[in-house]
Amino acid sequence: MRYAYYPGCSLSSTGQEYDMSTKEIAEILDIELWEIPGWNCCGASSAHLTDHLLSLALPARNMAIAEKEGLDVLIPCAACYARSKAAELAVKESKEMRTAIEETIERPYEGRAKAKSILDVLANDIDIEKIKENIDTPLKGIKAACYYGCLLVRPKAVRFDDPEDPQSMDKVIQTLGGESVDWAFKTECCGASHATTKGIVGLPMIERILIAAKEAGANCVVTACPMCMNNLDMRQEQIEKEKNYLLDLPVFYITELMGLAFGVEPKELGIDRHFKDALTLVNDILEEGGRTL
Amino acid sequence: MKRVGVFVCHCGTNIAGVVDVARVAEESRDFPGVEYAADYKYMCSEPGQDLIIKAIKEHKLDRIVVAACSPRMHENTFRKCIEKAGINGYFVEIANIREHCSWVHTTEKEKATEKAIDLVRMAVAKAIKDAPLQKATIPVTDRALIIGGGIAGIQAAIDLANAGHVVDIVEKGPSIGGKMAQIDKTFPTLDCSACILTPKMVEASGHPNINLLTYSEIEKVEGYVGNFNVTIKKKARSVRMDVCTGCGICTEKCPIKTESEFELGMSQRRVIYTPFPQAIPNKPVIDRTKCTFFKNGKCGICSRVCAANAIDFEQQDEFLVEKYGAIIVATGFELFDYSVYGEYGYGKYPDVITGLQFERLVNASGPTAGKIKRPSDHQEPKNVVFIKCVGSRDIAKGKSYCSKTCCMYTAKHATLVSEKIKDAKVYIFYMDVRTAGKGYDEFYNRTRENYNANYIRGRVSKIYQSGDKLIVRGEDTLISQPVEIEADLVVLATAMVPQLDAAALAQRIGIGYDKDLWYTEAHPKLAPVETHSQGIYLAGTCQGPKDIPETVAQASAAAAKACGLLSKTEMLTEPIVSAVDEKTCAGCGLCVPICPYKAIDMKAIQERVQGITIERKVADVNSSLCQGCGACTVACRSASIGLKHFTDEQILAEVNALCL
Repeated sequence: MRYAYYPGCSLSSTGQEYDMSTKEIAEILDIELWEIPGWNCCGASSAHLTDHLLSLALPARNMAIAEKEGLDVLIPCAACYARSKAAELAVKESKEMRTAIEETIERPYEGRAKAKSILDVLANDIDIEKIKENIDTPLKGIKAACYYGCLLVRPKAVRFDDPEDPQSMDKVIQTLGGESVDWAFKTECCGASHATTKGIVGLPMIERILIAAKEAGANCVVTACPMCMNNLDMRQEQIEKEKNYLLDLPVFYITELMGLAFGVEPKELGIDRHFKDALTLVNDILEEGGRTL
Repeated sequence: MKRVGVFVCHCGTNIAGVVDVARVAEESRDFPGVEYAADYKYMCSEPGQDLIIKAIKEHKLDRIVVAACSPRMHENTFRKCIEKAGINGYFVEIANIREHCSWVHTTEKEKATEKAIDLVRMAVAKAIKDAPLQKATIPVTDRALIIGGGIAGIQAAIDLANAGHVVDIVEKGPSIGGKMAQIDKTFPTLDCSACILTPKMVEASGHPNINLLTYSEIEKVEGYVGNFNVTIKKKARSVRMDVCTGCGICTEKCPIKTESEFELGMSQRRVIYTPFPQAIPNKPVIDRTKCTFFKNGKCGICSRVCAANAIDFEQQDEFLVEKYGAIIVATGFELFDYSVYGEYGYGKYPDVITGLQFERLVNASGPTAGKIKRPSDHQEPKNVVFIKCVGSRDIAKGKSYCSKTCCMYTAKHATLVSEKIKDAKVYIFYMDVRTAGKGYDEFYNRTRENYNANYIRGRVSKIYQSGDKLIVRGEDTLISQPVEIEADLVVLATAMVPQLDAAALAQRIGIGYDKDLWYTEAHPKLAPVETHSQGIYLAGTCQGPKDIPETVAQASAAAAKACGLLSKTEMLTEPIVSAVDEKTCAGCGLCVPICPYKAIDMKAIQERVQGITIERKVADVNSSLCQGCGACTVACRSASIGLKHFTDEQILAEVNALCL
């Protein structure tokens, strides 16, 4: 299986562990990742607030390069995925828009190269048996609050799963031997950049998600979005201090947990890079499977 | 040679304000066949009609063209008018120079006048080829069928029966009563629903002219107005109605329980049951899908305890074929399945219920004996949230229409909560409050002012469970602030939708329905209870959302229409129907499936060809069923089927008049 790979800016900065773990599991699952040469920004947030054409042309350029190579594009970041999917749908829906985009990026793009979220690939493209046969350490003891965030399954047009109660990540966690809890905050907004720019708005949004996960009986939160990871992981301690209570919920990328289950060392997956200690829970899982950190 | 008279109407300024009517009359005098032309202010008025009659006599006219409004308005007026002058009513042609001309070309007077002249030219060409048509008569069976035994069906039946007509009510459930039997109180008077319904049920069941066919369904409808042949399936009740005394011991002793449909899943019923205490007939049925005797032959307790020996496990479905003159469709509604709303939990939270479930919760004969207790833990709720427009007015996930009754019943629910639970807090999320109706707005205002219901204008974005509370999040759009309410119970005002089998039943009966599967009336304003199929009428919510007063009014209206039909022993039929030229008909049968009124059949005819008698098939139009739509004439490959009054020859004459 071969995909064009679009890491986007997050995966080379704040979300390096997402990049590391994606590459690790891709290798194990025999997925060849062809990183798009000379890829550019997907335009998330800033471009679609500036100019509609720009917001579509930016991701379309990346997609066009992949299309020439004849590949669908695997995109771990949820925001990059949402923008690239929007570009794919835009050229399919409107001839005029396609012409405008192609003129802007100076190359053809018909929408044949499809934007694929890594969650979509893991849950739907990969044979479940292929995942099962690679399990070395089942995720016994993991009680995951699968957190999809706002962008992965919305709007309706981009979705590969139910927009209100998605199940694909839950399915992957269960395949890996973990448990997933039923909770109502799967697609709640994490507040995105509000935590940075307007804490009074952003922090309660994060807090609500973490409390809901805790109340649902989860011992960790799993995400597929670097922005969500940032907010839930990096801001957790700040919330704990301000509110004077312990949330203590490690946050994982779905790819990290899969890597762990496949027997990859936590350090190679970047799990030691988290703000909130994740290694204690990881150690419990490993010990259960006869491994140590 | 035909002598045509042309009469151009001003319609006040409706036509004359745009079209130069004098010029239309002037120019039409030169059309082939036209002997006389005149214009007049109101052709439909008595002086206008007198003008036509006088001209017919003076100028010996035998074909009339009236250039005026749509034929839907006054074609009949002018038919009767020329009949008075002694010529066949079908010798009049209407050139529509109002709706099709002056109204749509208000800014182009010159062109509008030219178009009017062309329209008259075409009508003249067609009129010359008009053939005399005669109305025929068909007999009318004095018996009505009512499909559906809710309040609409009951009311229509009583009205018809009181007028002296025999009525059969076919109800698919074991009892008549319908949704109204499930409702607790009615707005705006707060009188008890069952208290006003049950006397009607009793009246219907005891009326010498009304026959109840409960636990029965419509299998097939054949025939036509005045002469419908309907096959009714009487489902096997497994209880002999003639000997059952309705003592109820079988229900009491039945060991198997299942979810009660009447209580909307909030309590259980036995497998041999009557749906509710006041059911009519008050005789039970066995739910064969759940009964262990029918599953594996075990049990049979009901049969052993029945002193009247009324249990009959061997009973079979029975099929009756009855003849009816008129049919009233009153099949009612269902509730929108709100489980498409993920934001409300996809139907997962036990304390999120529908308005109809709430009716059962406040009803004295309901699962909680009238005490409002929430389903999850049977505690009395303190904070109750109502959400309106669930499925209504939502083009993304629900229906585009307004369900009309929810604003009022939600206000009613709010007052009932406040009356029954002291210190209760009620919150109502709404999009708009629509309370048009006698005494309705007063009721709504009373709910706000005297019962302290908190109306919050905005949609709910999310409901989630937190401990034993439901957190309801939404926006108050009047102050542009998010709101969050800790609720103990959430009641959804779910949209009314047609019965699940509405489309299939409509096809079986031969009536139309809209994109939402509501049955369509013949005209939204002027024929609100008729359907496009003559002799079939609509009553109640099968035609669209409505409340009880409106349902009852429509039921009486449908009954009045049916009375008008049934009070005659025979009726006149419209002669503008299709006719088959048997000489050229090849018997291909293409016209049969294309006919929306099932008016065409194939028949065998015998003819002599070169001395030998052969038999072949040709199309045969039932002129009572044919509604003159003309679909068959388009389908016919050899032009052997033609619509009278709109023959190919006439249409081509119009085309030639315009184009040559």
